Amino acid sequence: MHGIAPAAMPVQAEPMSKRLLIVVVEPDPDRAQPIADGLRDAGDHDIRIIAEQSGLARQVAELRPDVVLIDIANPSRDVLEELALASGPSERPVAMFVDRSDEGLTRAAIEAGISAYVVDGLRPERLKPILDAAIARFHIFQQMRAELDATRAALEERKIIDRAKAVLMKARGIDEEAAYALLRKTAMDGGKRMADIAQQLVMAAGLLGR
Amino acid sequence: MITLRLGYVPLIDAAPLIVAHELGFAAEEGLALDLVRLGAWAQARDMLGAGLIDAAQMLVPMPVGQALGLGPTLPPMDLVMFLSHGGQAVAVNRALERRLRDAGHDFAFDNARAAGMALRGTVTGRLRVGVPFPFSTQSELVRHWLAACGVVHADLDLVTVPPPMMADAVARGDVDAFCVGEPWASFAVERGQAALLLPGTAIWAAPPEKGLVLLRSFAETRPEETGALMRAVWRAGRWLDDPGHRGTAAEILSRPAYLDLPPELAERGLTGRLTISGRGEMRDVPGFVAFNAGGASFPWKSLAALFATRIALRHGLDPQLAMARAMSHFRTDLYRRHLRPAGAPLPGASQRVEGALAQDRSVAAERGGMILRADAFFDGFSFDPASSN
Repeated sequence: MHGIAPAAMPVQAEPMSKRLLIVVVEPDPDRAQPIADGLRDAGDHDIRIIAEQSGLARQVAELRPDVVLIDIANPSRDVLEELALASGPSERPVAMFVDRSDEGLTRAAIEAGISAYVVDGLRPERLKPILDAAIARFHIFQQMRAELDATRAALEERKIIDRAKAVLMKARGIDEEAAYALLRKTAMDGGKRMADIAQQLVMAAGLLGR
Repeated sequence: MITLRLGYVPLIDAAPLIVAHELGFAAEEGLALDLVRLGAWAQARDMLGAGLIDAAQMLVPMPVGQALGLGPTLPPMDLVMFLSHGGQAVAVNRALERRLRDAGHDFAFDNARAAGMALRGTVTGRLRVGVPFPFSTQSELVRHWLAACGVVHADLDLVTVPPPMMADAVARGDVDAFCVGEPWASFAVERGQAALLLPGTAIWAAPPEKGLVLLRSFAETRPEETGALMRAVWRAGRWLDDPGHRGTAAEILSRPAYLDLPPELAERGLTGRLTISGRGEMRDVPGFVAFNAGGASFPWKSLAALFATRIALRHGLDPQLAMARAMSHFRTDLYRRHLRPAGAPLPGASQRVEGALAQDRSVAAERGGMILRADAFFDGFSFDPASSN
């Protein structure tokens, strides 16, 4: 056991050697696993992943972790807030975090989209490598998510431009190349994006029943 | 154009922020609003604290909790105006609904005492009630209502459940009942998992629900933008309180970028015409949610005091100190300074006896008079910060 009892008393910080129990609340396994791996690289810690968010308060209370990491936008955060407030000092599993000593680290964590709940009395020097590792992983995911969104948007735009080309080809009896050129010229003349022109054209064609 | 980033949580009472953006009230003030949809109330607080958003929609008791040191250490945050009153509903699970009906309760949806006494007579053992956040109007409403109906503290568990998860929580049996902002109570009715028992306004006629919260440093260093934002949001609220606009508002709010739900669902709360059960029973609740009328947006310091004393007592803090602290974070001074030019009616005082108005009442204002909305509690409770000890 990782012995949470000493850590629960704010004045009595646990020895450096003690393994920490870190809980990662993350429903997406593809996301949770790399975070857990990153945390293991950061030190000899016991990492648990909670994917099932129903009964989260009970699960966390039973595990009595030293640190809970959770996406800043995860609605279940509000459940942890309650837990942090409700627990008496002797049974407190997690205390409120935004770290009191290191504003830079706090900001970096919030920017990366991560929030951490930490047992009172956990030394900042123990928390920092954990958070650094988590922040790095969260950044990678933010980037991946942004790239995925961009790819998806590009794909949608290609589709709508294809449909607009088809409308033009049919309505004006021109070939694909001419239809594309016409779309591009209209967009440039109007100072608009091609996808927007295409969208308007497809919508108008739909209204006109074409 | 100056761009401000605003955080909101998808609920019908995000309407003033969304309408300020969509209908050009912000643009008229020279502002572009970047609306950031948030998943958790704690996220609103933390992102505001870190300066990642310029302003946030928050539950009115949240800045009180922060002022009392019950949240994380973040820069001081001030509530500059209320965004809404009401908009909440209390709901019970299907088993409780059945037992209440069997016991003869009529689900009239307008009598908090009858509903509370019926519930008290029906529940055996502890009653677990879901609320969206530890510091929430919902939490205060439920505590006040059930205590006044004789449900003792020891028999009541308030459990935090994020609003979109209320329906699931009640279906799974995590909670027996809940109090949540629309459209999430109607959502649970629609899913066949709950019946609505009361609107928040049946417990307290004008429960302040959401506020616009800024970092104090922002309000101090950027007064022009602060004022412009407040005026845009105030005008959006005035537009919203025209009954003819509520349907349009439901359409706008329901778009995929905002609530991403069928407009019919948001319309129920916004029009105050609610379907309360799986049988399709309808109830009309005039004034179910208010944004602006009757001085609704004025951030009375006495309301900060009321929430502060209650929160302080629960957390073992000194109520007098808590009251003074919380009141300094409800910025009636900024409200007066920035909304006077917009023609907002301004009451003569910044604190009052809460719960004193059984009906809307005409009172003296800075200029002429103004109507204050009724704010009585169902049990006649009132709170005077000046004589509270």
